[in-house]
Amino acid sequence: MLSVSDLTCVRGDHTLFSGVSFDLSPGQWLHLEGSNGSGKTSLLRIVTGFTPPDHGHVRWKGRTLADAPEAFHTDLLYLGHALAVKDELSALENLQADAAIAGRTFHEAHARTALQSLGLRGRTRLPVRVLSQGQKRRVALARLTLHSAPLWVLDEPFVALDAQAQDWVADAISAHVDRGGMALFTSHQALALQGRGASYRLNA
Amino acid sequence: MSFKNFRWFHWAAPQTFYPVAGRLWRPFAVLAVVLAAVALYMGFFVAPTDFQQGEGYRIIFVHVPASWMSMVIYLAMAFWAFLGFTFNTRLSGMMTQALAPTGALFTFLSLWTGALWGKPMWGAWWVWDARLTSELILFFLYMGYIALTSAIEDPRRADKAGGLLALVGAVNVPIIYFSVKWWNTLHQGASVSVTKGSSMAQTMLWAMLLMALAFWAYTIAIALYRVRSIILERERHTGWAQEVTT
Amino acid sequence: MNAFVALVQRDVRLALRRKSEVLTALFFFVVVATLFPLGIGPEPAVLRKIAPGILWVGALLASLLSLGRLFSADFQDGSLEQMALSTTPLPVLVAAKVLAHWLLSGLPLALLAPVLALQFGLEPGAMAVLVLSLLVGTPLLSLIGAVGAALTLGVRGGEVLLSLLVLPLYIPTLIFGSGAVEAQMSGVAYAAHVSLLGAMLVLAAFFGPWMCSAALRVALE
Repeated sequence: MLSVSDLTCVRGDHTLFSGVSFDLSPGQWLHLEGSNGSGKTSLLRIVTGFTPPDHGHVRWKGRTLADAPEAFHTDLLYLGHALAVKDELSALENLQADAAIAGRTFHEAHARTALQSLGLRGRTRLPVRVLSQGQKRRVALARLTLHSAPLWVLDEPFVALDAQAQDWVADAISAHVDRGGMALFTSHQALALQGRGASYRLNA
Repeated sequence: MSFKNFRWFHWAAPQTFYPVAGRLWRPFAVLAVVLAAVALYMGFFVAPTDFQQGEGYRIIFVHVPASWMSMVIYLAMAFWAFLGFTFNTRLSGMMTQALAPTGALFTFLSLWTGALWGKPMWGAWWVWDARLTSELILFFLYMGYIALTSAIEDPRRADKAGGLLALVGAVNVPIIYFSVKWWNTLHQGASVSVTKGSSMAQTMLWAMLLMALAFWAYTIAIALYRVRSIILERERHTGWAQEVTT
Repeated sequence: MNAFVALVQRDVRLALRRKSEVLTALFFFVVVATLFPLGIGPEPAVLRKIAPGILWVGALLASLLSLGRLFSADFQDGSLEQMALSTTPLPVLVAAKVLAHWLLSGLPLALLAPVLALQFGLEPGAMAVLVLSLLVGTPLLSLIGAVGAALTLGVRGGEVLLSLLVLPLYIPTLIFGSGAVEAQMSGVAYAAHVSLLGAMLVLAAFFGPWMCSAALRVALE
């Protein structure tokens, strides 16, 4: 359903990558690998539609992103490097505002359950400012269980997390893929993910 | 070759446009010099002495065409910006950037010639006349565009941001002009109408028109010349650009 | 609509939890309005004459102060990216942010203006028109300024550049805004000035958010 063909990205004087092509079908995950500076984040930003590619296309359900942006946005859940979490709001307030702004439904009970499963019980009403960096990341990750969207694009979802939280993310991705979803993510670490998946290496 | 089949996008590629601009700018430059010479001769030697203003009025042969050009160039910039957004061509952004310094120059020239004309006529270097004030604001708009496009490092982003600014500015220019005119009449400010109070003899009109055409030819020449170096700088990592520069 | 309201609520809530930013702009307005009499002299007739212009310029500069922050926090923490990926069109979300900005800067300025007008010896009639012109004009300042804020997002030296870009575009608003008050003070009808401000506001309300979201997408590239 996600089809990436012949993508090229040029930054200033040099070409980050060219000729990148892959497909992602329901029930699959794709691990994007590459050394630092190889353009993994740039590729993800092209897939999400922020950056137009210098060459090539990204198609979702057969249509390019330019043709059908709203349909794509409904089906996409993106977690980038930046957490999109506001320090002055509590975890619950953050998730509520985030859902409303994204046009998705929000149930406080679900949110509390999600935050608890991420080990944030008792911290859901404190301003996020007082949480540790790892805890803030977990607030952002709660979106994964709150919203149902077929395509997940995750930029370094495992970084700055302890082993328990990393397992949580891996399980979430596996479960999502089992249900027929798709996940495209980057990571430095070696993974033990269940389900049908593949790796794609971006050469520097 | 029908209109539809003419390979517009072929000519919009920087690589194709570069040699075309190279061949065109010199003839336009020559045309500019010739027209300017004729216009200046007409303005300073042929046109009659003005009934009310004596000899000093002759500066309008530079002032008025410069004002015209400052507005026309801004519209041209907005036009290229519009093309750039509609067709997503790189050359459009480059043309907008190539035009900006010349537009700013004409605005600056208009302001100074306005002051030079005002001093002997009205005894003041600056009057808050509607047109002069609008020219000053237009100068700020040009400076804003140049400042924005210089501050953004990525050239494509600079083009797009500058293009949006040019479009917003173009929509605002008539509003600004109208509001300044209103403000001026309300406060009964000086009306430095350069063309009122002197019956425009035929020769005067012709001289101004020729000067305007000279400025136009100059603008085209310098924009084409400038866009060539912009093209070379942007495309410096491509094969054809490296061949040209070695 | 739900997204619009939620975003306005969020921004207002965030600002109220960081009160200092809101209050700084208001204090700036007060300080600027106080500087002019100190620089010009306390003659009542002179002050009354220059009051509309000075109060309007003060409101304009105070508005400009808070514009730099309109999008920068969301840009840096990734919230802007999420907004760009929302199913709600980005212009709608931009309009929500601009409304929140106005509620936190323009509206308080308009409500504070009468107090400052007292310092300049304005009559109640003039004060009323001043408040009216500010109520119609400050949303216009927020809308125009938002486009500038979006264009300079993440650019080096952005705040100063923002002022350079936006101040020329503010001039019509300034002319008609202070012109309305001056008209009232001269006993002339001010309705035309206010109507023109209103017309510009409608125009800006339609095109501003749209231009702004185009500029935001350029900044996100």
